[in-house]
Amino acid sequence: MSTEHDMTSFAFTPENLETAKKIIAKYPAGRQQSAVMPLLDLAQRQVGWTSLAVIEYIAEMLEMAPIRVQEVVTFYTMYNQQPVGQYHVQVCTNICCLLRGSDGVGETARETLGVQWGETTADGKFTLVEVECLGACVNAPMMQINDDYYEDLTPESTKAVLEALKRGETPAPGPQGGRQFSAPEGGPTTLLGDLTFGPEKA
Amino acid sequence: MLRDQDRIFTNLYGIHDWRLKGAQSRGDWDDTKALLAKGRDAIIEEVKTSGLRGRGGAGFGTGMKWSFMPKTEGARPHYLVINADEGEPGTCKDREIMRFDPHKLVEGALLAAFAIGAHASYIYIRGEFVREAEHLQVAIDEAYAAGLIGKNACGSGWDFDLYVHRGAGAYICGEESALIESLEGKKGQPRLKPPFPAGVGLYGCPTTVNNVESIAVVPAILRRSGAWFAGLGRAKNSGTKLFCISGHVNKPCNVEEEMGISFRELIDKHCGGIRGGWDNLMGVIPGGSSTPVLTREVIENCPMDFDGLREAGSGLGTAAVIVMDKSTDIVRAITRLSRFYKHESCGQCTPCREGTGWMWRMMERMDKGCATIEEIDLLQQVTKQVEGHTICALGDAAAWPIQGLIRNFRPEIEKKIRARNSSAA
Repeated sequence: MSTEHDMTSFAFTPENLETAKKIIAKYPAGRQQSAVMPLLDLAQRQVGWTSLAVIEYIAEMLEMAPIRVQEVVTFYTMYNQQPVGQYHVQVCTNICCLLRGSDGVGETARETLGVQWGETTADGKFTLVEVECLGACVNAPMMQINDDYYEDLTPESTKAVLEALKRGETPAPGPQGGRQFSAPEGGPTTLLGDLTFGPEKA
Repeated sequence: MLRDQDRIFTNLYGIHDWRLKGAQSRGDWDDTKALLAKGRDAIIEEVKTSGLRGRGGAGFGTGMKWSFMPKTEGARPHYLVINADEGEPGTCKDREIMRFDPHKLVEGALLAAFAIGAHASYIYIRGEFVREAEHLQVAIDEAYAAGLIGKNACGSGWDFDLYVHRGAGAYICGEESALIESLEGKKGQPRLKPPFPAGVGLYGCPTTVNNVESIAVVPAILRRSGAWFAGLGRAKNSGTKLFCISGHVNKPCNVEEEMGISFRELIDKHCGGIRGGWDNLMGVIPGGSSTPVLTREVIENCPMDFDGLREAGSGLGTAAVIVMDKSTDIVRAITRLSRFYKHESCGQCTPCREGTGWMWRMMERMDKGCATIEEIDLLQQVTKQVEGHTICALGDAAAWPIQGLIRNFRPEIEKKIRARNSSAA
C-alpha cells in the first residue's frame, strides 16, 4: 500500500483490473453501479486512499457521474479521503468498549505512537483514529489494525501490539488474553460434549 | 438451560473446522435436496409453525415475511438479501456465524431463496468484517464446487447464485431499505415505505431482507421440524437465540440459549455473575444500544424474549445485553451513545439530522453537570420531537436510550448538575 501515488491519475493494475471485472459480473447487466463500493475498496487497497483521480476513474468505468461516486466516498467512513499510515489503527470507544476500559487503550495508543486522535506518526507508519462500534463487543475493548481485530485489550497488551508492529513484527490478532474467541474466559459453559451427532429428527 | 442437542450453532466458538467437511460432520448440507423437495409452500409453512421471529431486532415473523413475496416470478426476478451489516453497539453474533459456521448461512440462503422464488442472493456484510467475509467467500466457493449451490443446486433443479457484498462503514445500512440503496451503489439513505421491499426492493424487484441469524437457523428448523423449534422458549417467542453479553459481567461472552431464559440465569450460568456481585448491578441495556436501559429490579427475573422485555419497558432487539455495574458513569455511557447516533444519522430527515446533534450536545452538558434541572425535561421533550418523526427507526433509536436514562436514572443526572452547581457557587 503506497501513500504517495500521483494524485492526478489512477488506473487499476492489470491484476486488479481482472478482479474489478469479476466484481462487476456479480451484479445484473446494467446494474454495474452496484460495484462502486467494492471497486473503491479495491482502489484504496492499491493506493491507500480514494483520491479524486480514483473517483473519476471508477466513475468512468461504471458509467456514473463522478459526483455520485464522490457521494459514496464521503458517506461511508471506511474510504480514506486522505492518505493514511501503513498501519491504520482504529480504536473503538463505543459503549461496550468504554465499559471495559477503552479510555486506557486510547491513552496508551496515543502515548505509544506519540500522536493524537486523527493524526499520523511523523514516519508515516501509523494513523490513529477513534471509531464507532466494530461489532466485537463481548471481546471489548478492541481495536482494528488494517484488516485484523485485536480484542480483550489492556493498556499493556495495546502497547505490546503497537510496539511489535513498530519492530516490523506481525502480532497475532484476536483476543489478547488468550481465550477461545467469544467463549467465556476459562472455557465454554456449553457445547462440551461430542458435537459430531447428526441432526435429531423430531 | 438449553440442552446441547438443541443448540444450532455448534461451532460458535471456532473450536472445530468451519469449512465444508467440518460443517458436514456437524450435520450441515445433510440431504438438502430432500428439504427442497418439500416445496416452497411447505417450507414457508414449516417456518411459520416454528414461530421464528426475525433475529435482526424488529422480531417480525420470518415465515410471514416470506409469504409476502409474489407467488410466481413475473418479469422482475426475486431477490433474497441477507443483512450482515451487524453494527448495533453490543451486537457481535452474526460475526461468529459467518466466521465459524458459514455453511449454516449458505445452506439457509439456498433454502430461503428457494422458498421465496429467488435465484440470486446477496449477503451484505459490514466492511470492517474483512476476515469474516473471507471465510464466507471460502464457504460459498466450496458450496459451488460441491454442486450444493449454483446450477441445479443439490440436484434439486433450482439454480441459485450467492454473492458477498461488503459495506464500507455506515450503521444506517443495517436498515433494510438503506441496505438496498447501498447495494445499488448509492448513499445508504432509507426509503419511504410503502412500497415495501417485497413489492419494490433491490433494483425495483420483489425482495426479502433477512438477518443472518434468521437465515442460518432455517436448515435446523426444516430438518428437525417447526414444532421442535416452537417447543423451545415461550409462545410467540420461540426457539433458541444467540445472546451477546458484554460490559460488567465477570465473563463476557456469546452464548446460544433458549428464548425466555431469565436474565439472572443467563448471567449466572454463562457469565460468571455480575462483577462485584448482584448487589453491584446498576442497569442493563438488554437488546443493543437502541433499547432503553432497565434497572436491576425490573430486569433481574425478566424473561429474555421479545414480549418479556417489551412488557418490561425495553426490547429484545438483537439480544445484545450490555451490563453496567455501580462503578458506571451511566450519564457518560448514554452520552457516548448519543454521540454515536449523531455520527450515524444519514442526514435525510431533518428531525433526526438536527435532533441527534441537539440531543448529543444536551447530553454532553448533562454529563458535565453544566445544565439546570429543568433542562432534563427539555431534553425529554426534544427526544419526543425526534421519535416517530423520521423515515426510519434511527431517530427512535437515538431517542430511546435517553428516555430510558431519564425514566430510570434521573437522580444520576440531577446529581451531576447539583455537584457542578454547588462547586461553582
